[in-house]
Amino acid sequence: MSDAALTPPVEALPVAPVTAQVSIGQIFLEFLIIGATSFGGVVPYLRGSLVTKNHWVDDKEFVEMLSISQSLPGLNATNMAVLVGEKLRGAMGSIAAIIGICLPGAVLMYIVGIFYRIHGDHVWITAALKGVAAAAVGLILSTVVSMSKKSLSGKFDFVFIALTVIAVNRLHLGVPRTLVAVGLLAILFHRPGKQQKESGSQ
Amino acid sequence: MNQIPALIRVFAYLSILTVGGGMAAFPEMKILTVEVHKWLTFPQLIHLYSVGQMAPGPNMMMIVAIGQWAGGLLGALIVLIAFFGPTAVLAFIVARGWKKLEKWPWRTSIQQGLAPVSIGLLLAGCFTMAKGAITGVETAAIAVGVLLILLQYKINPALLVLAGAILGVFSFMPK
Repeated sequence: MSDAALTPPVEALPVAPVTAQVSIGQIFLEFLIIGATSFGGVVPYLRGSLVTKNHWVDDKEFVEMLSISQSLPGLNATNMAVLVGEKLRGAMGSIAAIIGICLPGAVLMYIVGIFYRIHGDHVWITAALKGVAAAAVGLILSTVVSMSKKSLSGKFDFVFIALTVIAVNRLHLGVPRTLVAVGLLAILFHRPGKQQKESGSQ
Repeated sequence: MNQIPALIRVFAYLSILTVGGGMAAFPEMKILTVEVHKWLTFPQLIHLYSVGQMAPGPNMMMIVAIGQWAGGLLGALIVLIAFFGPTAVLAFIVARGWKKLEKWPWRTSIQQGLAPVSIGLLLAGCFTMAKGAITGVETAAIAVGVLLILLQYKINPALLVLAGAILGVFSFMPK
């Protein structure tokens, strides 16, 4: 923990872990900035701030944390905040990071919600929102495509995607039962010892 | 009528369903917030979610608006804590234990197995939303247009959602 203070720096290490000096306030501020500026998806902004600008995590760690974030329930943005905050300053770091990243968007959507409730039925707002909703559908589909390219480990995985969609949208099994049933099936399919042909990246 | 306990129950429950992203919980969110508790209508839910895509930060901040409608400022805060609290605690615990699991062979299996399921849940959420959002040729064209542009070019998605708003005003304004 405190060995950074005990060992005198013989020479400037190229990858000096600055993590010991990061304060809770710095963590909060940095995640607040990410939370306020990350239009159109948080991950690139997280990388820019945490890896490139502040060197709080290195690139390999970042990818590792992102893959943990994606396997867990919770949004990537908030899971990343918790993981990075924990690494830097433990529980308080996690709390500072998640509040920081959520605060700007939450305040904005609070105001938008009130405004929408009062003015949501104006003709031009209804018209604009129709376009916005359609665009959002396209955006989600593009996320589906890019996630499929990145995180699938074989052609057979498309069967699990199809099963999941059928279970939720056709059979109306509900998300929890689908998650357990298809999830277990898929995990068993990818069971240890069966991954000689591992082509997916992290 | 006090909605706070219901808000806590619903959003804490939705929280644990968000495997792979917020959209995974969307079908269940529709059932609970629209059909069961009637905090808002389906078109309103779609509108809030879509507008939320233009906001910075985690992309499910539209839940704040639902909380505000159902329970005022307290409702908004409660919803935030209920929705982000449980998964944050889980992520925190995993952050501590994950390194120890590095040698555990099932770790990779879980990651590889959950990847297609989370993509499936995202797609299922997308279809649920499309049922309300894609109402004709024009909306379908906007969705496909955005999809193709995003697959082809590196452009900020929030800008395309904004472009959708402008297209919407021109296409759907009653003359």
